[in-house]
Amino acid sequence: MAQRFPLAGLLAAGLFVIAPFVVPGWVLFLLTVALAKFMVVLAVALFLRGGLVTFGHALFYAVGAYTAGFGSKWFGAREAVLLVPVGVLLGALVAALLGLFMARYRGVFFSMLNLALSMILYAILLKFYWVTGGTDGISVRTPTLLGFVPPRDALRLLYYYFTLVIAGAVTYAVHRFLASPLGFFLKALADNEIRIEYSGASVQRVLYSTYVLSGALGGLAGVLVAFAVGHIVPEYAFWLQSGEFVFIALLGGYSSVPGPLIGAIAFEFIRTYANKYAPYAWQMTLGIIMLLIILLQPGGLWAMYEGVASRFRRRAEGVWHA
Amino acid sequence: MATLIIIIVDGFVFAAILFLLSVGLTLIFGVLRILHISHGGIYALGAYMGTFLALKSLDMGWNPYLTYVMLLAGALIIGLLVGPLIERLFLRRVYGQAEAIQLLLTFSILLILDDLIKLIWGTTPMLVSKPSTLLGQVSIAGIPYTWYHFVLIAVSMVCGGALVWLVRGTRFGKIIVAVISDREVSQAVGINVSRIYTVSFTLGALCAALGGAAIAPTIAVAPGFAVEVVVQSFAVIAIGGMGSLEGAALGALFIGLARALAIHLWPEFELVVIYLIMLIVLMVKPEGLFGAVEVRRI
Amino acid sequence: MPETHPILQTVDLTKAFGMVRAADRITVQIAQGELVGIVGANGSGKTTFLNLVTGYLTPDHGRILIMGQDSTGLPPRLVTRLGLARSFQIPQLYTSLSVLENVLLALAAQARKSTGFWKPLYRRQWLEEGMEILARFGLTPYASRSVAELPEGGRKLLDVGLSFALQPRVLLMDEPTSGVSIEEKFQVMDTLVGVLQQSHMTTIFVEHDMDVVQRYSQRVLVFDNGEVVADGAPNTVLAAPEVRRAVLGRE
Repeated sequence: MAQRFPLAGLLAAGLFVIAPFVVPGWVLFLLTVALAKFMVVLAVALFLRGGLVTFGHALFYAVGAYTAGFGSKWFGAREAVLLVPVGVLLGALVAALLGLFMARYRGVFFSMLNLALSMILYAILLKFYWVTGGTDGISVRTPTLLGFVPPRDALRLLYYYFTLVIAGAVTYAVHRFLASPLGFFLKALADNEIRIEYSGASVQRVLYSTYVLSGALGGLAGVLVAFAVGHIVPEYAFWLQSGEFVFIALLGGYSSVPGPLIGAIAFEFIRTYANKYAPYAWQMTLGIIMLLIILLQPGGLWAMYEGVASRFRRRAEGVWHA
Repeated sequence: MATLIIIIVDGFVFAAILFLLSVGLTLIFGVLRILHISHGGIYALGAYMGTFLALKSLDMGWNPYLTYVMLLAGALIIGLLVGPLIERLFLRRVYGQAEAIQLLLTFSILLILDDLIKLIWGTTPMLVSKPSTLLGQVSIAGIPYTWYHFVLIAVSMVCGGALVWLVRGTRFGKIIVAVISDREVSQAVGINVSRIYTVSFTLGALCAALGGAAIAPTIAVAPGFAVEVVVQSFAVIAIGGMGSLEGAALGALFIGLARALAIHLWPEFELVVIYLIMLIVLMVKPEGLFGAVEVRRI
Repeated sequence: MPETHPILQTVDLTKAFGMVRAADRITVQIAQGELVGIVGANGSGKTTFLNLVTGYLTPDHGRILIMGQDSTGLPPRLVTRLGLARSFQIPQLYTSLSVLENVLLALAAQARKSTGFWKPLYRRQWLEEGMEILARFGLTPYASRSVAELPEGGRKLLDVGLSFALQPRVLLMDEPTSGVSIEEKFQVMDTLVGVLQQSHMTTIFVEHDMDVVQRYSQRVLVFDNGEVVADGAPNTVLAAPEVRRAVLGRE
């Protein structure tokens, strides 16, 4: 996508860099959380690209979050530069284990089994409260960056940039993924599994690799959000959390890399205002918006943006050639 | 020995509840080939409407036996109203589209229904216990059960029997089977396939609403109820085989007994036992015990 | 003169579906470079034979040997890796990707790089090979277009092209001209056979159309009731009255 709209991409990157100096503190916080969640939504979007709906990615998200939580509670560790890779690794490991089984399923089975697995984790997090803190959850201490303890006011700023840099790296990595054979085979999976097998390639391996990658992304998002929010609860593994990720992927548009980011930012704002004006109708709000997207604009916000942008370009080119 | 009897009785009661919950879902899947996640919402609506009407009738001082009629009325209203509405207005638009889209659509409807319940009836749990206490208690192996529990088992068997008779023994059932096996050919011979879809969906919705209304007197209906049952119902039909009525019965029995076992012997596992069983069964026999549907694996 | 092994061999291949013997002790040998046509009425077992040899079905009895290696019971993916590729009666294509991308994926699979996630699919070596294959099959103008824009003959050509891209030792084509209009039929076969002969590829094709088989094959196998009832040069085999009756009789 950056090839098609390079100017827009640079502009967007620039906006993110100067954001802390133009937006109020609460917006910066939202952006930080959005940037973190964007990574797990990317994972969900990858599966949607392959024609699969995952209702269970909250599992990896919770694994990442509780990495930070346990690190804080049991080891007194709060070094972000240490715990973030650990969260990624644990997410990938859990995915590597579960993927052996999950990669054999498609369609509604894939979705529901996913869901079941994450709900098992949720139940475990609830039940074993002497380890996990149960419904009270765990408080995560403020992170240190490379041993450096930032002063309170600077912490938000520094952590925002920390998350931004990681988000940038992830964007680049997923970009390459989508252009790679694996990325294309993932799309091909939705079209024709038979042809893949008859080419000598393994559909199961394609799915498994994607699953492990998505687990890593989920863990990454979880650990980053845990540090940003400062408190984690078992609901991080609840199916509704997975549903939110799916919603964001749909809202932003799952066929592109910027889509999930736009969706994540939009989501945080929608949630803030919904909490204010319609706190009892959160699920309904999500449901109605999802319905509208599915029926009217399945490509999400990104598709709307592309539509406008290409019309704009065409008109601009028309001016040049007139 | 006493424990065994209790486990069996408990198991059958759970199984009855699960069956009523899931049979509609498997029917709809069998005909429309869609697993509609919103099923849990219809179930919850049936429970709420039935409870609401029954409580109203008690408030008005009517004969307490009328509460059963009220429960049934609640189920009928929801099934006949919400069923066709969902099918015609929303489901119809995504026939033939990617399965992912269908799943997302029914998921969004579930979210809407769950909150709709909150908006209409508030967040305080409601309970109408009259229908279950009215028939009196019976002691089995020292544990008190109400006769209503056995009414539940009877209702589920009647429901199952009625559906089997409908599908196997009536002309309407033959039409449904025709549509299931080949939609295009059915259309070619003049069957109004889209009307069959609506009718089948409504039938499934009626079963769900009935299930909800039937169990309402034994629990307090509270928000979030819709969502809990979604995974349970999926587990039941996944185990039994999607689209199979017998499968739903078997799956319900399996899980019901397992849950009863867990409650009495390993209580920590009660919540997860249903998921674990689903995982194990699907690992061993992916298409379910009675499944004829091919799970897409290569 | 050293003995050359058959490139594809089946021994006593048997498969029954209930009472129906779809394959009945089929024993054939195909030598390298042969161009073999398979004919038979509907239900004679030609497609079952294809499905058995490519690993889509497992035989009840008997063996399949590819270049001397036993491939019985292997799934399609591994059979393909042993050097046997197949094209389909209904073209199996990646419908949301472009024609060139379809070929690139075949090349990536052949190079065992299907799970590569860092280097791009669009890389110079594969682009060159891919465009060259498209040119051979006459599909160059469609390279960056979507598969949906291909005419039926083009879809067939691409389907074979994707199997050809795997550099197989044996290529099996399942009714390459079915669904193709009469005008295009010979055009398509001319292109296909031309490409395959040029690379001396052992080719086996199942066909309904006797004229196509007569014109393009060097050897014909006639299937009836799951058995091979005739095996020889097209002129001799297809002229025999019992063969014509067996093949046409039940159609």
